[in-house]
Amino acid sequence: MSMFACIHAPGNLPLLIECARFFSPHIEEIGEDAVVFDVRGLSSLYGPAAQLACEIDRRVGVAANIAIAGNPDAAIHAARGLRGITVIEPGREAEALARLPLNLLGGSAETAELLDLWGIRSFGEFAKLPPLGVAARLGEEGVYLQSLARGDGRRQLRPIEDVLQFEEAMELEYPVELLEPLAFILGRLLNEVCRRLGARSLATNEIRLRLTLENAPEHLTVLRLPVPMLDAAAFLKMLQLELNGKPPGAAVLKAALAAEPVRPRRTQQGLFVAMSPEPEKLELTIARIRHLTGPDKVGTAELVDTHRPDSFRMQAFAPGGVKMPGRDGSVEARLSLRRFRPPKYAQVIVAQKRPVRISSPAANGTVVMAKGPWRTSGDWWRVSPWKRDEWDVETAAGGLYRLYQEIDSRRWFVEGSYD
Amino acid sequence: MGNVATLREIASGFRKKEERSKLSTGISAVDQLTDGGIARGTLTEICGPVSSGRTSFLFALLSRATRQGECCAWIDAAGSFDPRSASAAGVDLSRVLWVNCDGNTEHALKAVDLLTQGGGFGVVVLDMADSPEREVRRISLASWFRLRHAAERTGAALVVAETKISARSCSAMQIELRRKRPVWVGKVLRGICASAESQKHYRVQSAEFTAVV
Repeated sequence: MSMFACIHAPGNLPLLIECARFFSPHIEEIGEDAVVFDVRGLSSLYGPAAQLACEIDRRVGVAANIAIAGNPDAAIHAARGLRGITVIEPGREAEALARLPLNLLGGSAETAELLDLWGIRSFGEFAKLPPLGVAARLGEEGVYLQSLARGDGRRQLRPIEDVLQFEEAMELEYPVELLEPLAFILGRLLNEVCRRLGARSLATNEIRLRLTLENAPEHLTVLRLPVPMLDAAAFLKMLQLELNGKPPGAAVLKAALAAEPVRPRRTQQGLFVAMSPEPEKLELTIARIRHLTGPDKVGTAELVDTHRPDSFRMQAFAPGGVKMPGRDGSVEARLSLRRFRPPKYAQVIVAQKRPVRISSPAANGTVVMAKGPWRTSGDWWRVSPWKRDEWDVETAAGGLYRLYQEIDSRRWFVEGSYD
Repeated sequence: MGNVATLREIASGFRKKEERSKLSTGISAVDQLTDGGIARGTLTEICGPVSSGRTSFLFALLSRATRQGECCAWIDAAGSFDPRSASAAGVDLSRVLWVNCDGNTEHALKAVDLLTQGGGFGVVVLDMADSPEREVRRISLASWFRLRHAAERTGAALVVAETKISARSCSAMQIELRRKRPVWVGKVLRGICASAESQKHYRVQSAEFTAVV
């Protein structure tokens, strides 16, 4: 069964729209002072229509007339003409609206004047006129207005387009220099943005904070999240960590926060899949670690398609969805390299075209075995070509190392140890 | 009666610890040595000198864990992790969180603490194999105890790689690796033959394995 609610409060349209959004995505603006929205199906959440009306009244937060009726027009007229909360039972619209003054009905000035001349002052009086006579004298408009007066409107809602902008800003009364008081302001903005996102069952994967500074250019902080999240406390902590790492260069005059709306993450966990960290919690942990180590030191290494040594790209750690366990089986231990970053410069004594002694911070001593050289080169078409001879060596102390000599500079380096 | 009940509770606590599930290292010789692998929810120390096969051992463990769909973390105190070697060893890099601490042991300890406390990781590796010994020795027993407790609480297998045992009584298992000999075939280094020795509870056992190219 169709049910529509109307809130009427002059001068508070944005507030009314915000309140209506909490209950329904289908909202129509009526002039500058009212909104009407579809509330069918909400009885299972809020109970009978009267309780729903009380809930709307509680949430709107300002003095407003609220009406619930079976069609939008009846709800609008009741909210505009009757004070407080009005709930019109289906089929009793004409009775409920009968006392309303005729000027609420709208229509052309000629029709209004004519009805006034006839002595028709209220909805009820107009509704009692014979429909055929009204059609003959007032035409199509008269028939339509009489149906409204009877509370018999049949029109559909014309919902406003939902502009998904989640932005909050606050201008400060005095410049804020410390991050701690700024955190209170950010917390308030984040709470508001998250509340609005939550009301639409949305989350965010990007938060942009613009700080207008005193006598300095704007300071922009962007939080990019690998998974959609909606946790104001976690966002605040991440923003604090970012601002601690890169503090604004001057006192803050205004803070503006914007969140990119996305659908929330939905995953079905399996009974037999391996555990994985909660993405929301992990993101905060990674932000804390990044604050310690630096921005490009935490993540997942992605191999780059090149032969250049030690080529990889650091990506955000996002292990993705659940992964079913693979087949068990024995794994062969593979000889692995531990890299020195950057490679350690070495002084190498060469005899009979092979290294016989190394001296470097990484490895020292006589070379008891050296196999090589293997020449590798690449990127000759770029500004940073490389060309080198590699050796695998074993020192008298037992360590196995990868040595290389740059062909152009003839300098030796220890690239890493085999372990 | 009260004392008997208390004893029962203590005994059941021990049983629970004994029943911890094990994570296979993927190397059958080491699995036999450790009665099935590395226990989850405990701190395990892997120590040994340069070229003793510590990294090969850890990559085999990670390869096995990531193949089972686990998320793993590699806290790299010295910044020596080589993604290409890890990938060649069968590690699914997309499931490994790498924290490069660039030689800062203190940051590595804080990072491992945060990640272990957070939970959700199957294996957390603290790689201090290239860290200066004096810095590793400076880590207090209280810090090790805190890490062990976090591992117990979250069920992560916390594995520490170093040159010498340093967590002492806080580690549930200590595996000491020793290099036996490198394997040279013609002009090519083909691998390292290493021995693993498990040292805990006054019981010393050893096994051999070979890490190949």
